[in-house]
Amino acid sequence: MTVPGATGPAGPTAADAGGPSRSGRAAPRRHGQVDAAPHPAATAAGGTRAAAARRAGGAALAAAVLVAVPLFGNSYHLHMACLFGIIVISAVGLNLLTGYAGLISLGHAAFMGVGAYGVAWFSSRLGLPFYLCLPLAGLLAAAAGMATGLPSLRIKGLYLAMATLAAQFILGFVFNAWEPVTGGRGGTNVAPAQIAGLQLSTEREMYYPIAAVAVAALLFTRNLFRTRVGRAFIAMRDRDSAAEVLGVDPRRYQLAAFGVSSLFAGIAGGFMAYFYKVVTPGQFSFQLSLFYLTAIVVGGMGTVQGVLLGAMFMTATPAALAAVAGAFGPLAAGLLAPLREVLFGLLIVLFLIFEPGGLAGIINRIRKRIQPQNAAKE
Amino acid sequence: MEFLLEISLVGLAVGGVYGLIGLGYVIVYRATRIVNFAHGNIMMFGAYCYFTGAAVLELPWWAALPLAIAATALLGTVVERLLLRPLEGRSQTVALLATFGLAAVLHGLVQLLWTTRNFFMPAIFPQQPIILGAMYIPANTGYGALLALAAVGVFLVLFRVTNLGLAMRATASDQVAASSVGINVPAMFNVTWACAAATAALAGVVVGSITTLNPNMGRIGLSVLAVVILGGLDSLAGAILAGLIVGWLEAVTGFYLGASYKDVVPFLVLLTILMVRPHGLLGAPRVERL
Repeated sequence: MTVPGATGPAGPTAADAGGPSRSGRAAPRRHGQVDAAPHPAATAAGGTRAAAARRAGGAALAAAVLVAVPLFGNSYHLHMACLFGIIVISAVGLNLLTGYAGLISLGHAAFMGVGAYGVAWFSSRLGLPFYLCLPLAGLLAAAAGMATGLPSLRIKGLYLAMATLAAQFILGFVFNAWEPVTGGRGGTNVAPAQIAGLQLSTEREMYYPIAAVAVAALLFTRNLFRTRVGRAFIAMRDRDSAAEVLGVDPRRYQLAAFGVSSLFAGIAGGFMAYFYKVVTPGQFSFQLSLFYLTAIVVGGMGTVQGVLLGAMFMTATPAALAAVAGAFGPLAAGLLAPLREVLFGLLIVLFLIFEPGGLAGIINRIRKRIQPQNAAKE
Repeated sequence: MEFLLEISLVGLAVGGVYGLIGLGYVIVYRATRIVNFAHGNIMMFGAYCYFTGAAVLELPWWAALPLAIAATALLGTVVERLLLRPLEGRSQTVALLATFGLAAVLHGLVQLLWTTRNFFMPAIFPQQPIILGAMYIPANTGYGALLALAAVGVFLVLFRVTNLGLAMRATASDQVAASSVGINVPAMFNVTWACAAATAALAGVVVGSITTLNPNMGRIGLSVLAVVILGGLDSLAGAILAGLIVGWLEAVTGFYLGASYKDVVPFLVLLTILMVRPHGLLGAPRVERL
């Protein structure tokens, strides 16, 4: 999967992973080609119009597939599709924070947990409807995330990662200990979501809301990085002092990054609550934080494709491992969890060493080789 | 009052062990500016190695202990060579992520090799509890703390008086200067990792004796991460001091509020120190120059 000789050409400014993807973006401009961003002088060119048409076609195809999944898939397919969607939403959040803004979160799972417990509480105690619970849970998680980011007013890098680690364990403790709200160890039940009297209790019914939010989340990240805020994130990641000189207040943007990232984590957690209909502290353990870090490292940090590829990989791999272990009988089934852990850990390490651009980086390189004209558009 | 004193003593003993674990973080951080997230799991690996030697192969402790330490030190050099050397020149956060991955690998590997069962460590210390007046200190905790503090002392002396220690300290303080006086800097990184892993193995044996041996014992490494940040990531003395503080706080909290509150103490301390004094009690404040 990883080719030792293929180590990405990390540029001098590539202080962290994601370097190759940036140099990939810079390449077309060097060759006088047209960038993906709308450029007034370039839109007139025929080639771009064809590319735009191709993109629109691709989008239409993707939309058609997304809409059609519940019509043709069985309940297992839909279960996996929902899981995939939830992973995408949460990974978008972590990718924003770690991939774009360069801040490691070791506590992503805890923020998902805040969202999940938020949904449980808003829906069962306050009786709020589905479409209010989810955004509120997201905001609650965002508040928790920003509180965790508060130390970032003073510290950065490694130390900030430690703050997120503390958040993971402190929130995990709260999930366990605050029994009146969280139900303690046994967790709490969540009533199925309802929209206009329609109950969303099966995978098939949960699919559309999850898919809609996942698509929105992906579009949000893609477009965010054409705005001032998004570019400030990247500037901050690449050289924080230079960004500061250019008028980017790193403290403000770090807090913003924590907020937005946890917002997505919270919404994903909220969907998990509706999807599993029960919220327990064990669901949001440190292992889940590892899971999401693996997803974005394997997929490719700091790219939208990376989120998609990482989420696909992380949905498919556990299922594939389970299938393989199932074939070897009950003994192998007991080895499943440790095997998965070894695999995820190895993947993180190997990708960091050999392919910091992740699967997205690999695919981009292959595309470049096949079609030098259209490559590196992402 | 007597009771509080007893609780405090046990807490301080545990704190001494934290100090030994913290030492491993600090040595690595000083030399390489890497926070080794996998340190707790390297410690666990050492404990399982000792268990294998002493319980499975039935070696006496004086043979099993050096073997376990050597095996773990070897793991340290392998990790440095295969994982961190290729990442040289990349950012601190990338290295942190890599050790995070390593922690997962070790956690899974230990379960694959030794299953998820709880094992009792073969006794390495005298088993009579230590009785001081009316106070009672469990044997493994008490002797473990003494061993840990002795190991820290021996290590610090070696670090001061040997040529190797001098070279390691030179590398830690200025890599370029060290290199220019003929110190093989990459080799020093390697030795540093081996030393850190060796202290981890010893700590693992102590921790395994105090509690039991199970694949989650590496989690204590995360609590000790809070300890070393409290002490200052680059301060050996800070690690010991902070170890004692956190050990004591844990014991007292556990006594008054219940065991479940104990585990969250280090992380509350961590969050507080990050906001109040990020470089820790005895650490050098980081000055950034452009």
